[in-house]
Amino acid sequence: MSDQAVPESVAGAEQIGLSAREAKSTVQPRDAGNWAAKVERLAVEQRDGVRGTNVAGRRLTGPVQGFGKMWEKSYSLNAGQATTPQDAIATWKAHFPEFWPKGNRFAGALAGISPGDVALLDLAMGGGVKLSTGVFVLYADQESFTLMTPQGHMFAGWITFSAESVDEATVIRAHVLMRANDPLYELGMTFGGHAKEDRFWAQTLTALGTRLGVPDPQVDTRSTCVDSHRQWRHASNIWHNAMLRSMLQTLATPFTALRRRSRPAR
Amino acid sequence: MSEPTVRMDVRQAGGSVAVVDIKGDVTAACEPVLMSAYEEASSGGAARVLLNFTGLEYMNSGGIGMLVTLLVRAGRQHQQLAACGLSEHYREIFELTRLDEAITIYIDEASALADAAR
Repeated sequence: MSDQAVPESVAGAEQIGLSAREAKSTVQPRDAGNWAAKVERLAVEQRDGVRGTNVAGRRLTGPVQGFGKMWEKSYSLNAGQATTPQDAIATWKAHFPEFWPKGNRFAGALAGISPGDVALLDLAMGGGVKLSTGVFVLYADQESFTLMTPQGHMFAGWITFSAESVDEATVIRAHVLMRANDPLYELGMTFGGHAKEDRFWAQTLTALGTRLGVPDPQVDTRSTCVDSHRQWRHASNIWHNAMLRSMLQTLATPFTALRRRSRPAR
Repeated sequence: MSEPTVRMDVRQAGGSVAVVDIKGDVTAACEPVLMSAYEEASSGGAARVLLNFTGLEYMNSGGIGMLVTLLVRAGRQHQQLAACGLSEHYREIFELTRLDEAITIYIDEASALADAAR
């Protein structure tokens, strides 16, 4: 118990001349520090090891802004008593890129995962093609964190990484709520993209489980189509398609380098 | 999943609007409570469901995800989803996640009902 003296009564908001609305707005909610501040468009810094294109100036996209069918996917790993939810999330946040499958790059802030950070991604799409895009850290607390995607990303939505105690075991989960961002991505997701994404997160959780000391980590995958309608009004999202832009950027690389070299030194 | 710490009371607000008063924490754990409240709100044939967040004390990203799922359900039934009573903090979260593009936000219940009556 605290030694501090407790006043017998505390003046209410009305007694000190505040309206109920003003009083409410002066009290910070418990989650205030967990959410990113509002942004209209993403600003990025160049980071080593990634191309870093297709992110600056983009808006965030949630499932409401996506094109394709809406999917809810859950990848979970029972870590038993190998860790606590807080330790599992602390490890995941601090070493997030290390658990990704080989060939994919995640360049986040040096401090790990904090609300408002923008991470740059290079994703291996097969055939030597790298898709350059990014993610925004929408929310982070001690037991979960959420990444939201920008325009041009394969999907519009968010991924929440969480851990919780269930029957004295720690269950670690990646939960995806998404729509493919445009018609081209929707086609790709239908023909192998979903399976590829399932493998990606299963491999990530397996790598995390191994790091946490889980013997023989097994990932349980569940997918549900929440909305089978496609939002044709968002078909024009294809303008920002980071896959198409990345391919063009790859093709243009020799010319860009040549142009840079031919510029007179300042 | 942890126990929900939320209470949702449903009332008919005249016309074709049903109000869901939300008090407490909105997280993924309260999905059954929200869906049950939504079913009760819809049972009277409401064309618009107004989520009253005046009593909202905490919301995480799981809570926002749950609202997207609710939005899909409402869309299937050709219902409009609206929100009122959001503090500036939660209003900004709706704007950040761009949920405000699909859920109409009103400053308070009276404004929402006045708009519905037009």
